[in-house]
Order: sequence, then structure tokens, then C-alpha cells
Amino acid sequence: MFLSEAAASGPTFFYLVPLVVFIPLIGLLTNIIFGKWMGEKAIGWIASLATGLTFLVAVLLGVSLLNHPEQVIVPLVDWISIGELQVQWAFQVDTLSVTMMLVVAGVGTLIHIYSIRYMHEDVRFNGDPGRFKRFFVFMNLFIVTMMVLVSANSYLMLFVGWEGVGLCSYLLIGFWFEKGKDGTGNAQAAKKAFVTNRIGDFGLMIAIFIMFWAFGSLNFDQVFAQSSQAAETVILAITLLMLVGVAGKSAQIPLYVWLPDAMAGPTPVSALIHAATMVTAGVYLITRSYPLYNSAQQVQYIVAMVGGITALLAATIAVGQFDIKKILAYSTISQLGFMVAAVGIGAYAAGMFHLVTHAFFKALLFLGAGSVILGVEHGHHHLEHEGKGENGGEHFDPQDIRNMGGLRTRMKTTFWVYLIGTLALVGIFPFAGFWSKDEILLEEQILDPPVYWILIITVFLTAFYMGRQVLMVFFGKPRSEATAHAKDNPPSITVPLIVLAFFSAVAGILNLPRLHSFTEWLEHTVKSIHPVEFNFLAAVVASIIAISGLFFAWLVYSWRYKKLQELPPAQRPDDPLRQWLGPIFTGMENKWWVDELYWAVILNPYIKLSRFLAEVIDWRFWHDWFHNSVIVRGYNSLARFLSGPFDLGFIDGIANGLASVTVRFAGSLRKVQTGYVRNYALMVLLGVVVIIGYLILR
Amino acid sequence: MTSDFLLFLVLAVVAVASALSMLLSRNAVYSALFLVINFATIAVFFLLLGSPFLAMVQVTVYAGAIMVLFLFIIMILGTEQLRQDETLPWQRPIAIFLGVVLLVETGFIIYSLGFQQGILPDFRSFASGYASPADIGILLFNEYLLPFEITSVLLLVAIIGAIVLTKDQKS
Amino acid sequence: MPVSYYFALSAILFTIGALGVLIRRNAIVIFMSIELMLNAANLSFVAFSQLHDTLRGQVLVFFVITVAAAEVAVGLALIVTIFKTKQSINVDVLNELKQ
Repeated sequence: MFLSEAAASGPTFFYLVPLVVFIPLIGLLTNIIFGKWMGEKAIGWIASLATGLTFLVAVLLGVSLLNHPEQVIVPLVDWISIGELQVQWAFQVDTLSVTMMLVVAGVGTLIHIYSIRYMHEDVRFNGDPGRFKRFFVFMNLFIVTMMVLVSANSYLMLFVGWEGVGLCSYLLIGFWFEKGKDGTGNAQAAKKAFVTNRIGDFGLMIAIFIMFWAFGSLNFDQVFAQSSQAAETVILAITLLMLVGVAGKSAQIPLYVWLPDAMAGPTPVSALIHAATMVTAGVYLITRSYPLYNSAQQVQYIVAMVGGITALLAATIAVGQFDIKKILAYSTISQLGFMVAAVGIGAYAAGMFHLVTHAFFKALLFLGAGSVILGVEHGHHHLEHEGKGENGGEHFDPQDIRNMGGLRTRMKTTFWVYLIGTLALVGIFPFAGFWSKDEILLEEQILDPPVYWILIITVFLTAFYMGRQVLMVFFGKPRSEATAHAKDNPPSITVPLIVLAFFSAVAGILNLPRLHSFTEWLEHTVKSIHPVEFNFLAAVVASIIAISGLFFAWLVYSWRYKKLQELPPAQRPDDPLRQWLGPIFTGMENKWWVDELYWAVILNPYIKLSRFLAEVIDWRFWHDWFHNSVIVRGYNSLARFLSGPFDLGFIDGIANGLASVTVRFAGSLRKVQTGYVRNYALMVLLGVVVIIGYLILR
Repeated sequence: MTSDFLLFLVLAVVAVASALSMLLSRNAVYSALFLVINFATIAVFFLLLGSPFLAMVQVTVYAGAIMVLFLFIIMILGTEQLRQDETLPWQRPIAIFLGVVLLVETGFIIYSLGFQQGILPDFRSFASGYASPADIGILLFNEYLLPFEITSVLLLVAIIGAIVLTKDQKS
Repeated sequence: MPVSYYFALSAILFTIGALGVLIRRNAIVIFMSIELMLNAANLSFVAFSQLHDTLRGQVLVFFVITVAAAEVAVGLALIVTIFKTKQSINVDVLNELKQ
């Protein structure tokens, strides 16, 4: 084996695994308690250091697994012990969980470091520097809960982490809760993410309940051991309901709508939580539950189809977006679709491989976008200082790619790393995305041709929208004064970008053809996977399609766009595609009206039903009629009856009667209490006689 | 009818008679003297049962010391006879009734446990030196050393208590 | 000779003692009745001791006699004190429990 040959036997560090939860916990507690007296730098570095040490522990665990690749369970405490339900808080260390830990902690560390500078700017731009500490507390809390999720050895513990990351996501989307559209936009986005996730969590919870009912345990090992004998319908129900949870967390159809809105959070949050780590939890869950999914072929087909259609739909929407982060958000949904499609057909290694590479390049792209936004904001502020307000003081959106252009020369480092990220995402040889995407496509081609064709179209669209974005942001001439004055950011922003760019470029070596080191690494945990041999033809086809997408984007957004610039501003369309595709482009721009559809089909009827229940049932029937006529009047007459004949007559009669009976009884009983000692001694003898009599007669 | 049974019967009649007389005597001095007789018979019973040490203790401590103490008190207080008026008229019949019931019950228990079980040996068959003061002393100073020492404390406390209680309050 | 005879005698003496406590009003006679009950119990102890061929019963009787001596000392002192305050040893004058 490639990786383990390096160290055939050596020390193991499995006992360190609880630290992956407790180090970031210590970090966040330090910031909560002592943050008041610390500067921004100190807060940021403590949070980053905590995440970095977590990464170090994950690396040590990875080294240990090289020596001892089988799973190890490290129990910590007994959590629940009720009858049949025995749940421990134990840590499962195996190749799958450690892969997730490495990705979460590794990418997380870089994003923490990036955030120190980014949030320094962001809190000032949004006018509340006091929230700097809060941001890092939330970020460390996210690392804690994510680690709980991936290190769980039972579905219940996984669910704890699952809910925890949902909470962190909510807190961070609503980080600027008083901002956004109408002053509630961000809060609405956070609520939407939370509620949508709740629908998914509901599915997962039911799945867990069924699991306990059917198997009597929630431990991964015990559930999987019994799954082969379980009834088909039980497996079917569990896997389908789990898919609902996956669709919620990993933003798949029909629950993906929350992810684009989640971009309301600060950009590092979008990079870490809503691109690299949390949203991949669904993919992780399916991979973790592979014995269940492998024994439910029909569900696997549904999972793959959901992933494929999500990938395609999100890619088409991404083409019509103008917000730089929204484009990346839909791209994330699309790439998650790739992963889900892969794990759906049982290509767990391909899906996890894409998860890892995607974590690198999508974090890179988001952080790059954050860098671009910061640069444009700088330009904007620069202008305001000189007294030249843009567009007569109108609201300026630093995230709209229509306001950008020509940043290639103004933000050189950002441009190059962004280009690398784009090429990795599009899947150009030899960047990381090429290898992972190629593996998915190869497996799909063999196992599920319909999904393969959907994904091929998606590859083209991916190349097209990424080409469009890069061309509109970095090429051409600046389309606004702010962009023209944009400057590149200091090293604390760009260094993490460069590191991520490096990994985006070379992460492909993890699972090169013929070596399959990542597949073999995962095979220790996910027993059913097998390496798929590289197919030159398939790789060439995918590459040609990706390059043609890029070329097409160049045709439209460079060649054609220049011509459009010559037209006077009034007749000039903001996007050449709008001219050609007409209503289709409008559809893409408006996200195919899915949100509106949900409003019309689900939310509005629901609100109407609520209003009906509130106004008619609750208010008119219950309060007005039932309350007034039945309860009040009935109560009045009952009270009158109770106070009159019942209280005065019956109750008082009892009380008075009791009193007089007591008086009479006491009068006769008083004679027993003589006060003479001899008399008490007589009672003692009576007691003796009675007790002896009882003992005899018993 | 063996001789020891005959002896027992005679002594039992004397014991019960003296007890009843103690109960019924109006004069407390008579009661005390009847009780001395009763204690003397019990001392003989102890001899019949093979415990000469206890018989001696019974005579010296009970019949000798305690009863003399009783007589002294009766005579010091000088209230040999009490007035006749009964404060609790129903106390006596109920007490007698309960006493009879208690006797019946204990009799029933003794009967049901087997009237003929547990035959005692004839008192003439005891070896000389059986249950001698030496034997009892060895038992007291070995196994029952602690209770024995505690009784000495108890007696001391009783002496102090008696002096404190009867001491003249004026001084 | 059956040991039951001794028990029967013991029971009779005990009952007489109990009746003495209940019927008589003279505190000193009541006290003497208590002594009679103790002796009835002692008789049973010695009979059992003889029946089981052990000296432990006799040792217990020894302790009972010792305690009885202490009790008489304190009890008679109490009676003297009561007589000093009440000018009577009739237990029926001691009915403070009722008040």
C-alpha cells in the first residue's frame, strides 16, 4: 500500500482524539471569558491557534492510522443509559472520520487566519467593531460541533453535531442580523436556513427513531451489523428519510433554497461553513451509512438522480446571477450535487475525493471573492474620502460583478489564485478538480448513464459560468469608479489564499490513477469501494467539454461584450445572454422562480391556513363564541351554583357537622386521658396482651 | 411424683401465695415482708436449678439489701396505709381481666410449645462445683468484661443520683 | 421434671406483679411489684440456662440483679423527693400528665 509503506509500524495517537473537540472548545471559552481585555489580534490568533492545534491532532491521528488502519473507538463518557438505549460519547477514529477532520481543521485554520484581517475590515465597514470577538467564538463553536459530527460513533452523537453545525450556521448567517434588505434581510436568511434545515433534520430524526426501533441500537457498528438481516422496507424507510436530512444539510433538491440566501453571512463563513465543510456533512452521512445504502438499490438510484438534477439546476441558475457570492453559492450546490450523485451510485471514494478537493478550491474561490469585495469596498471608501460619491450617493453593491472588471491588473495575487481555483473547479488538467470530477464521471458512465449525461451538461455549464465570472470580474475595463480604485490586499489575506491555491492545484495527487492511494485509504472504512481504472477517452471528453465551456464564455463575455460596450448605456443590456436567450435568461436570473413557487405552493397556503386558524378558528370561534358563550356563561352559572346551594349548603354543612362530631367525640375520648400513671401502664398491658394475642392467632 | 417435683410444688404454692399476699396487703410493711418470703423461695428455686451463686446473691442483695431499703423508706415516710377512695373505679376490673387474659395467653404459648418437652435433670445429680462462683467469675471477667465494667459505672451513677435527689434543697 | 412448670410459675408471678403495678396506688408497693416481675423473669432465665446447660443465662440474671439494685436506689430516692413535695406517695396525686 502506497501510504502505509512509509511507516509500516510506529506510534499511535488515538487517545488524543477527544482533543479535536476540546481544543477549539478551550479556544472559544478563552475568547468568551477573556476576550473583553484582549485586542482583535489576540482574539483572532487564539481562535486560529485552537483550530491549528486541532489540525495538528488530526494529522497525528492520520499518522496513527497509517500504522494501524483499522477503526479505533475511544470512549469518553456514558451519555444516555435508559433501558435498551445505551449511548456513549465515544470517538470513532477511522480513515473516513480523520479525512473529514483533516479537511475541517485544515481549511478551517486557513480561513481563521484569513478572517482576522477580513473581519477587521468587515466590522468597521458594518459599523460595529464589538462583534469581532463574537465572530471568532462562533467560528470555534462551529469547529467543535463539526468535530462532534465527524467523530461520532453513533447516530445520536452525530445528530448532536448535526444540530450544532446547523445552529452555528444560523448564528453566522445572521451575524449582521440587523442588516440586509429592509433591515431584516439577513435575519430572514438565517431563519430560512434554519427552518429549511429543520425539515431535513426531521427526516433524519425519524430515520434515527426507526433505526432504534428496528435495531435497538444507534451505534454505527451495531446498526450496520444488523442491517443485512433487516426487512427491506425498514432499510428503505431509513435511507429515504436520511436522504431528506442530506437534502437539507447538503442543499439538494428540494431543500437547497437556503444556501444562496446563506451568503448573507460574512464571506469567511460562506467559505468554511457553506462551501467547504458543513454542507458536505450530508455526503459524509451517506458515506458513513454505506452498508444501509448498499442494501437499498432503489434509494441509491434516487440519491444519484437527486444529486444529478441538483447539479444541473444549480448550474443553470449560476449562469444568470450577478452577485459574485451567489454564483459561487449555486456552484457549491452544483458541486454538492456531483458528490451526492457519486455516493448515490456507491462511488464513495470518488465522492469523498471530490469533497476534499472541492473544500480546497471552493474555500479558495470564496475567500478570493471576499478579497475582491474588500478591494472594491476599499476603492469605494477611497472615493468617498475624496468627496466623489458614486452615482450621486446611490447604494453601491460591492458584490455585483456588473460593477467590476479589469481587476486583473489591480489585484494581481487575487487574480492568479482565483484563476487557479476556477481551473480546479472547471476541471482542467492537472488541477485537483480534474482528477476528482473525472473519477465521478467515470463511475457514473459505467453505473448510471442517465446521470452521467446530466453531469456532462453540468460540466459544460460550470465551465461557462466560471469563465463568465472570471472574465467579468478580472478582464475588460473597470465598469465603476470604485473598481478602478481597487487595490490588492495585505499578506494576511493573500497568504491563506496562496496556500489554498497550492492545494487546489496539487490535491489531485491524493488519488492519482494507478496509485489510488485515497481509495485504498478509505477502503479500510468503506469496505465496498474498489478502485476504478483511469479511462483516457472519458477524461479527454470531459476536458474538451470543459474547455469548450470556457471558450464559449470567452466568446460571449470578452468578444461580444466589448462590442456591447460601444453602445450607449441606455440600450446596452447588462448581459449579452439576455439578448440571445431572452426569457430563459430571465428564468436563470430569477432562480427559475423556485422560491416564488415555494411561496405559492407551500408558504402562502400555509400562511393562509395559519391565518384562517388564527382568525376564524381561534379568534372568532374559540375566543368570541366558545369563550364568551360556553366558558364564561357556563362558568358563571356553575359559580353561582357552587357558591349558593353547594358551598353554603353542602360544604358548610360538612364543615359544621364535622366540627360538632369532633366536639362530641373529643368529649367522650377525653375521659381516656386521665393523667394517671397507672392508667397508662394499663394501656401498656393492653398493648402487650393484644400483641401476644395477635402473635398466637396469626 | 418425684421428690424434686414435690419440693417444687410446695415452694411454688408458697411463692404464689406470698406474691398474692403482697398484692393484697393493705399495709406496705406486710407487703414488703411477703415479698421477702417470695424472694427467699425464688432463691431456693435457683438452688434447685443448679445455680448456688445466684441463690446467694438473691438472698443477700434482694432479700437482704433491697428489701431492707424498702422497709427503711416505708418507715421513714410513715405512710403505711393510704386512704380508701378510689380515683379510677374501672381500673381494677380491667386490670384483672387483662391479667387473666395474659395468663391464658402465656399458658397457651407454654402448652403449645410442648408441655412435656425439655426435661430438667434432678438437682441431686449436679456435680459438685457446677456453676460455682469461680465459673461465673471467669465468664464475667473474660467474655462479659465490658458489660461488667459498665455496671460498675451504672452503680456509681445510681449512688450519685440517689444522693443528689434526696439532698436537701435548702443548702 | 419438665421445665414448663418453671415457666408457668414465672408467668403467674409476672402477672401478679403486673396486677400489683396496675391496681395498687402506693408507689412503694408498685415498686415492689416491679421487683417481683423482674424476679419472675430471672426465674425463667435460670430455667433456660439450666435447660441449655450454659452459664450465660445466670450471668444475665446477675446483671439484672445489679441493675435492679441501682434502680431501687434511684427509684426510692425519687419516691422520697416526691413525698417531700406532695406529702404523699399515692401515685394518683401524680396526675400532672393531664394538665
